Amino acid sequence: MGGYFSDIFYGSKSLLIGMGITFREFFKPTVTVQYPYQTLKMSARFRGHIELIADKEGKPKCVVCGMCERACPSGCITLGSISIEIEVDGKIKKKKVLSKYDLDFTKCSLCGQCVENCNFGALEFSKEYNLASTRKEDFHFNLLKRLEERNT
Amino acid sequence: MSAPIQLRPDETFLLNVGPQHPATHGVLRVKMQMDGEYIVKAETVLGYVHRMHEKMGENRTYAQYLPNLSRLDYLGALGYTHGHVLAIERAAGIEVPERAEYIRAITVELNRVASHLFWFGAFVMDLGGFSPLMYAIQDREHILDMLEAVTGARLTYCYYRFGGLYNDVDDDFIEAAKRFIPRMRKSLKKYDALVSGNIIFQKRLEGIAPVSAEMCRKYGATGPVARGSGINFDVRKNEPYSVYPEFDFDVPVYHECDSLARYKVRMDEMEQSLRIIEQGLETLPDGPIMAEKKPKNIKLPVGDYYQAVETARGSFGIRIVSDGDKNAYRLKLRSPTYSNMHLFDEACEGMLIMDALAFMGSLDLVIPEIDR
Repeated sequence: MGGYFSDIFYGSKSLLIGMGITFREFFKPTVTVQYPYQTLKMSARFRGHIELIADKEGKPKCVVCGMCERACPSGCITLGSISIEIEVDGKIKKKKVLSKYDLDFTKCSLCGQCVENCNFGALEFSKEYNLASTRKEDFHFNLLKRLEERNT
Repeated sequence: MSAPIQLRPDETFLLNVGPQHPATHGVLRVKMQMDGEYIVKAETVLGYVHRMHEKMGENRTYAQYLPNLSRLDYLGALGYTHGHVLAIERAAGIEVPERAEYIRAITVELNRVASHLFWFGAFVMDLGGFSPLMYAIQDREHILDMLEAVTGARLTYCYYRFGGLYNDVDDDFIEAAKRFIPRMRKSLKKYDALVSGNIIFQKRLEGIAPVSAEMCRKYGATGPVARGSGINFDVRKNEPYSVYPEFDFDVPVYHECDSLARYKVRMDEMEQSLRIIEQGLETLPDGPIMAEKKPKNIKLPVGDYYQAVETARGSFGIRIVSDGDKNAYRLKLRSPTYSNMHLFDEACEGMLIMDALAFMGSLDLVIPEIDR
């Protein structure tokens, strides 16, 4: 019988303590970000999907070595190249240039192996996180086209 | 009017909990044979999120397998990636700089606190209290922000590399972590007053769902589940790895064997993790974060390698059998909750269904990790 009453006493006490804690939360500043109206700045190292980096002339820095393609665990990068003839010091030389850089973002696990394995500093992470679509094709990125769009 | 259905007094019925059920925290299905509100027999059914992670380990190179490990347990992913890189480093004989190991230990412990915080919130929500989840997530958000600034991801980290780290921590991180420790200690006191002292909470857990030490050994349960049953086993103390021997911390052990004991173990573990982070930040050495001598394409010598680490849920083991190629011949992942979950079938016999769901919460199950 004594246990019964001490339970009631202890229960009411713990209830009041709990209510005191939740009541104090009323006067604390709001920490929620009202997402579509307010957004947060992404941290410097945030890993979004990859983007090509342009050199001074606006051409991609990529030399089509294929390291990113081989390093990718999921096989979501497809490279394409054409060889063009350029004149260096009066001689005509053949050079491989990037003609296609497709990223299949549906398979990407954002591990960053491609950026890490790039020896030419031609890849970076974008800060894009608002990616939503009902169509699968919207996640097949043509990075070369995106680079041209960013240049203009 | 039809006649009322007459049940035989000895009749039982089958209750299907899951695979889509909020109490199972994922796609776990439990077939329960019920006698009224009491469970006669329960059977857990797995396989709804099987993604062949072990097979992937055999088809990918060691470096390509790095992102997979963080997809096992999405709440405490860093512990799992830590085990993987340690196994490869030991097998390939790569020396890791001290600074890298310290940062690994600090980030793993931060991740452990984040994992326990989320468990705390979800567990109390299973029992009917909603506000603690909100407070826990608010604290956890600070950890995720810190880890995001360093690793670039919030949950599925890919931060550790063979021989070191992806990139170094900056002063902002160290400052934020130092600010976080007193804040978290204050929060732990708040949780204690709000939840641990609550009489409804105590009455629902005290003496409920006893899991004996013998049963833990039988099923291979580790982590807070075993420590709540009086087994003093922590991989960080019993099979030291990384820089853990240099830290001064205790392993909380409770002998009550009930759900409350498992709760207390995890709450005490958060305090111990904070102690490790505090010491790690104080003694963080300068230096490189990447090993100098490191093969570009890692090939392990022929052999059989095993590495166990203490994750938030228990002892995680990775076994790699190498035939000298650039990918593993066989890769086996020993995940802690797989063993912890199998207690459930035997332990919940004769239990009330609401006690069984509270018991399931106290086991801290993460289904993608069971069902890798």
